Amino acid sequence: MTMPRADRHDQSAERRRGSSRRQFLVGGAVAGLGAAAAIGGDLLLQRGLTPASAPMDALNGAEVVPFYGEHQAGIDTAAQAHAQFIALDLHDGVDRAGLRRLMRILTDDAARLTQGRAALADMEPELALVPARLTVTFGFGPGFVARAGGVGPSWVRPLPQFPIDRLDERWSDGDLLIQIASDDPLTVAHAARMLLKDSRSFASVRWSQGGFRRAYGSERPGTTMRNLFGQVDGTSNPQPGTPEFDAVVWSGDGWLAGGTGVVVRRIRMDLEGWDRLDRTGREQAVGRTLSNGAPLTGVDEYDEPDLDAVTPIGFPVIPEFSHLRRARSADGSPEIFRRSYNYDEAPSRDAISDSGLIFVSYQADVERQFVPVQQRLAELDLLNEWTSPIGSAVFAIPPGCREGGYIGETLLG
Amino acid sequence: MSVRTSTRISIAALAAALAVGLAGCAVETTGPLGGSAADAELGPGTQVEGVSVVDGWVKAVDGGMTAMFGKVVNGTDAELTIVEVTSEAAGRVELHETVESPSGERVMREVEGGFVISAHGARMLEPGADHFMLMDVAAPLVAGDEVEFVLHLSDGSTHWFTVPVKDFAGGGERYESGDSHDDMGGMHLDHDAPVDE
Repeated sequence: MTMPRADRHDQSAERRRGSSRRQFLVGGAVAGLGAAAAIGGDLLLQRGLTPASAPMDALNGAEVVPFYGEHQAGIDTAAQAHAQFIALDLHDGVDRAGLRRLMRILTDDAARLTQGRAALADMEPELALVPARLTVTFGFGPGFVARAGGVGPSWVRPLPQFPIDRLDERWSDGDLLIQIASDDPLTVAHAARMLLKDSRSFASVRWSQGGFRRAYGSERPGTTMRNLFGQVDGTSNPQPGTPEFDAVVWSGDGWLAGGTGVVVRRIRMDLEGWDRLDRTGREQAVGRTLSNGAPLTGVDEYDEPDLDAVTPIGFPVIPEFSHLRRARSADGSPEIFRRSYNYDEAPSRDAISDSGLIFVSYQADVERQFVPVQQRLAELDLLNEWTSPIGSAVFAIPPGCREGGYIGETLLG
Repeated sequence: MSVRTSTRISIAALAAALAVGLAGCAVETTGPLGGSAADAELGPGTQVEGVSVVDGWVKAVDGGMTAMFGKVVNGTDAELTIVEVTSEAAGRVELHETVESPSGERVMREVEGGFVISAHGARMLEPGADHFMLMDVAAPLVAGDEVEFVLHLSDGSTHWFTVPVKDFAGGGERYESGDSHDDMGGMHLDHDAPVDE
């Protein structure tokens, strides 16, 4: 960590007296490098510098996620801290050739911005220089696929209506999804601005949802996110880079081969109602502990839940109505890959919260993989008491492209 | 593609005469140009025999006038002059610079003698500064289209490249309409112009 300015120019008395914390910070490096380095470390301390400042020269803002590849980035990419999900409606009269032009332009913008370079005609090029793992991911709704004259997949359509749904058109559907994610919210805003400027003559914004997780550096990378109920959310995800993940996420089907399907649902969370539930009730509702997300039958987050375990008086330890049990497939293998974000908007009058989850799940076949999970949850999941889906959209995520190509070329080319 | 001739031919001839002896010099086709890594990242189809156009684009327009921006990189060991630019998309293409008039106004005018690019140097074409001005654009240039250009250089070589069309509101920049450019007089940058045209 870069030393706070005050620390840098503190004087020797303070340094001698109060250096225990700094020596602690240096300790790891000293222990690893041996006696010779220990002397060096002491010298560094004398100068008010610490080796701990060195790794910070590699700023996260400079981190880049490759744009080109078999798959679009932003799916198997470790989730960035901030994301914007934008759905566009195509203008009337934008034909297949128009879609091709649109996707060429947007691909070029994304290819540049994600690599920390200004887009062409970028009026704020300086804002492009801090990508902070920026990814831009495009998805095609049913209207886009139809306009392209393409066929299928059959699941690119609104989800069946579930009894729990309280869907609002302003958060639902759309022709083209742009998912923008980065560890830096200013970078997200600039990328969104650039991409929307270049979409303007083809499409208009239908909805836009901003979401967040823990800030970069606040937690160890790979830590499962928490939602605004305080729950560890996403433990049973398949791990990117595994055959399991590939089987769950990537499609092998026609123009979608190398792509996937995404479901974006805006889930309003009733924080006031949740407040009235005690900690035991909260853990029962999910089937996991709040402290670390372990199943109620386990100790660690990734412990296999024991669905047969019963309490001394014969009730299941993981309740029948719990989210864990209802979401789980018959054999316990994951069926979807979740990559959700929290939202927390300004409350309307007389309320103190407008909060929830931008639920995002990727799966090769929405109909076969997502819908059954949602059906089980809609039938019985105690969490439904405090959660309401208020938006829902489905998009086909086309595969990635090579340099010189464009996203969507397998459909439009 | 056919190359249009234009009134600039006299300049071309003059410049070509001045450039005698440069023909046949070694040209780089790969590697960093101008020294920075970004310069080496050339888009597909833009690099031609030591001279390349990087990050080029044209402002979308329904017709009439518009401009091309980008960066022309001279990867050769010799100074080169762009003496003429042609494009099927425009009746003619002028090489414009932006200068401050005696009254303090920013004025666009056709550059005399072409754009000189030093050996291993580059010429930036930017809104509000140097640019290629497309005149008499007959058909709409819409975002995502590709526009072909030919650079005619002082060494007698020609270089073909394409750039995409982008929507651009343009930083308050506006090209005065009217057909008063044959006199090679200045055009005015209207700073009060609405950004949305």
